[in-house]
Amino acid sequence: MTTATESILKQILESSTPAYFDKGNEARKKAFAQLSEIGLPTSKSEEYRFTPITKALEKRFTWTSSSPASEAISIDSFLPAIGDTHLIVFTNGRFAKHLSKLDGLESNVVVSTFEDADLKTKSVIQSLLGTISKTEDPFAAMNSAFYQEGIFIHVPANIQVAKPILVLHINDAQAKQVIAHTRLLVSIEKGSDLSIIEKSDSLGTQPCLHTFTEEMIVAESATLDYCKIQNDSGSTHQVSNTFITQADNSRVNTFTLTLNGQIIRNNLTIQINGEQCESHFNGLYLVNGNTLVDNHTVVDHQKPNSFSNEMYKGIMDDQAKGVFNGKIYVRPHAQKTNAFQSNRNILMSESATINTKPQLEIWADDVKCSHGCTTGQLDEEALFYLQARGIPYASAKAMLLYAFALDVLTVIKNENLKAHLDQLISERLHKNF
Amino acid sequence: MLSIKNLQASIGEKEILKGINLEVNAGEVHAIMGPNGSGKSTLASVLAGREDYEVTGGEVEFNGKNILELDPSDRAAEGIFLAFQYPVEIPGVSTINFMKTAVNKIRQYRGQSPLDAVAFLQLMKEKMKLVEIDQSLLSRSLNEGFSGGEKKRNEIFQMAMLEPKLSILDETDSGLDIDALKIVANGVNSLRSKNNATIVVTHYQRLLDYIVPDYVHVLYKGKIVKSGTKELAKELEAKGYDWIKNEVALA
Repeated sequence: MTTATESILKQILESSTPAYFDKGNEARKKAFAQLSEIGLPTSKSEEYRFTPITKALEKRFTWTSSSPASEAISIDSFLPAIGDTHLIVFTNGRFAKHLSKLDGLESNVVVSTFEDADLKTKSVIQSLLGTISKTEDPFAAMNSAFYQEGIFIHVPANIQVAKPILVLHINDAQAKQVIAHTRLLVSIEKGSDLSIIEKSDSLGTQPCLHTFTEEMIVAESATLDYCKIQNDSGSTHQVSNTFITQADNSRVNTFTLTLNGQIIRNNLTIQINGEQCESHFNGLYLVNGNTLVDNHTVVDHQKPNSFSNEMYKGIMDDQAKGVFNGKIYVRPHAQKTNAFQSNRNILMSESATINTKPQLEIWADDVKCSHGCTTGQLDEEALFYLQARGIPYASAKAMLLYAFALDVLTVIKNENLKAHLDQLISERLHKNF
Repeated sequence: MLSIKNLQASIGEKEILKGINLEVNAGEVHAIMGPNGSGKSTLASVLAGREDYEVTGGEVEFNGKNILELDPSDRAAEGIFLAFQYPVEIPGVSTINFMKTAVNKIRQYRGQSPLDAVAFLQLMKEKMKLVEIDQSLLSRSLNEGFSGGEKKRNEIFQMAMLEPKLSILDETDSGLDIDALKIVANGVNSLRSKNNATIVVTHYQRLLDYIVPDYVHVLYKGKIVKSGTKELAKELEAKGYDWIKNEVALA
C-alpha cells in the first residue's frame, strides 16, 4: 500500500467508520479489504498513468464524512431542457425523494432505493448487485465499501418506457467539500426499452469527489439508451465505473459528453454476451482550463455475430488534458464479430495534451475489427478557405470545430436531447453562425 | 479598382514576388500567365490574404483601401474573391450552410440585414443555374468526394453567390475536361459586368479561348515581364515560355 492510500484510508476509517459500516454489510467490508489491498492509484499504476487523481485527493480533501445537502436546494437551474422526463435526484450522494418525480411510470416498472425496496425487490437487487461489475478499479472498490445510496430500476419484459429517466446528481459544496458514492442498478428485461440520461452538477466551489458504480443489464431484444452529461463547473472529481451487459439481439447506445470538471474519469465496460447485438458508444470531450478527462472503455465480445462501434472525439484547449484508452476484446468464440473504434482529437493550444491508446486483443480469426486514432491541430488550409469566403476567423474556427464534433450525436435518437446536446456543444465552441 | 505597386512577398526566406505592378479597372479581365514557379499562385494568395506569405514591400489598394492590413474575411467582405486552385474538402460542413454563413457575414460587414431562409434559397436556386450545379451536391459536405470538375463548379457557384467586385481565378482550368471548362467559363462570363473585374491566373491559353481577357501579363521570376492584349496569350501558346525567358535573359 502506498503512503497516500494508507493515509487516506486511515482518515476514512477514523472519521467515518460507524456511518459507513453500521449496516453490518459483509460486502462493504470485503470491498474495503479489496481497496486496502489494491490501494489508490499512483503514477506507476498502468490504468491511471496520466490521471493523477490520488494526488488531487490527498491535496484537496479531508476524509471526514460529508455534510448533507441543504433542504432549500433548488434544482431548476440544473435541469436540462430536454422535454418531459421521469426524474431521480441525488443530493450529496443521497436520494432526494422530495425533488424527484416518478409518477406516471409504466405499471410494474420499479424505481426504488436499495433500502426502501420491498422484500421481493430486495432479493432481486441482492441477486444482481455486483454480478457484472468485476473490476480491479480502486474507486469501484471504494464505492462498494462506502456507497451512500443505490437506485434500482427494473423494467419487466415488453415495456417501452416512454419518457427517459433523468438521473440528476447535485453536490452542495458551498460550505464544505463533498464526498459522494452512489450506485445505479438497472435491469431491462426481454423486449423492453429504456432511456437514461445522467447529469451531475455541483453548487459552490469546495472540492467534490463523486464515485459512481453503475450496472446495467440489458436482456434479450431489449434496448438501452444511456447518455451522460458532465458539465459541472465546480471543483469536481469523478470516477464512474459503468458496466453494461448485453444478451442476444439487444441494442445499446451510449453517449458521454464532458465539458467541465477538475478530474473526470469514466470507465465504461460493455460486455457483449449475446449474438446479433448492436452497440454504439460515442463520446465527446470539449475541455479547457485545467480539466482532465479520461475515458477508459472496454468492449468485450464474448459471443459471435455482434457489432460494436465506438467513436470518441475530443477538443482540448488551454492546459486541458485528455486521456483515451479503448480496449476491444474478441474472445475465441466470438467469430463474425464486427468491432470498430476511432478516437480523434484536436489540440487548440500548446499546453493542451492528449494521451490516446487503442488496445485490441483478438482471439477469434474470422472478424472485422478496426481502430484509428488521430491527433492534430485545426486545419489551417480549411480555416483560410472559410475566411476567404468572408467568414471571420473566430466563426470559421467555431464552424470547423463544430463540424468535427457533431457527428458523435448520430447515436442520440431523442430529438429533444439531441437539440439540447447540440446547444451545449455550440455554446462551448462559441458557435455564432 | 485594384492598384498593385511594387508588391514583394516571400515565404520563409524565399523571395517570390519581386516587385509586381498592376492596375485593374472595373469591367476588365486580366490574365496572368507564366511558367510554373513564376509566382502566379503566390500573387493570387497574397491578394486574398493567405498568411503563409509575408508581404515584404509594396502596396495593394482596393477601391482606395489598403487591403494588406485586412484579414482574409474582411477582404472577402470588401469584394475580393479567390477561386482556389485546390478547393479544400471540409467534412461536416455542407456547402449550403457554409454559403448561408458566408453571405450573411458579408452582409453584416456591409451593414445589411441577414437573408432569411426563403430569400437565401431563392438566391441559391438562381445561382445554381448559372454553373449548372445540382442541389444534392450542395447539401453534401463541402467538396468532400467531389470530382475535380465539381469542385471548380462549386467555386464558381460560390463566386456567383457572393457577387464579388474582383474575382481571382487561380488555375481554375487545371483538372478540367473541355465540357467542364466550358460550363465554368460560361458561369464566369455571365457574371461579368462593367462594375466588376476578373483576374485569370493560368498556365495555358486554353481557358482564355472561353474567358477572353482584355489584358495579358506574363509573370516570370516574380515580376511582370511583359504585358499585352489577348494576342500575347496566343503568341505564348505558339512559341512557349522559353521565348520570354530568353528575352528576360538578354535584357
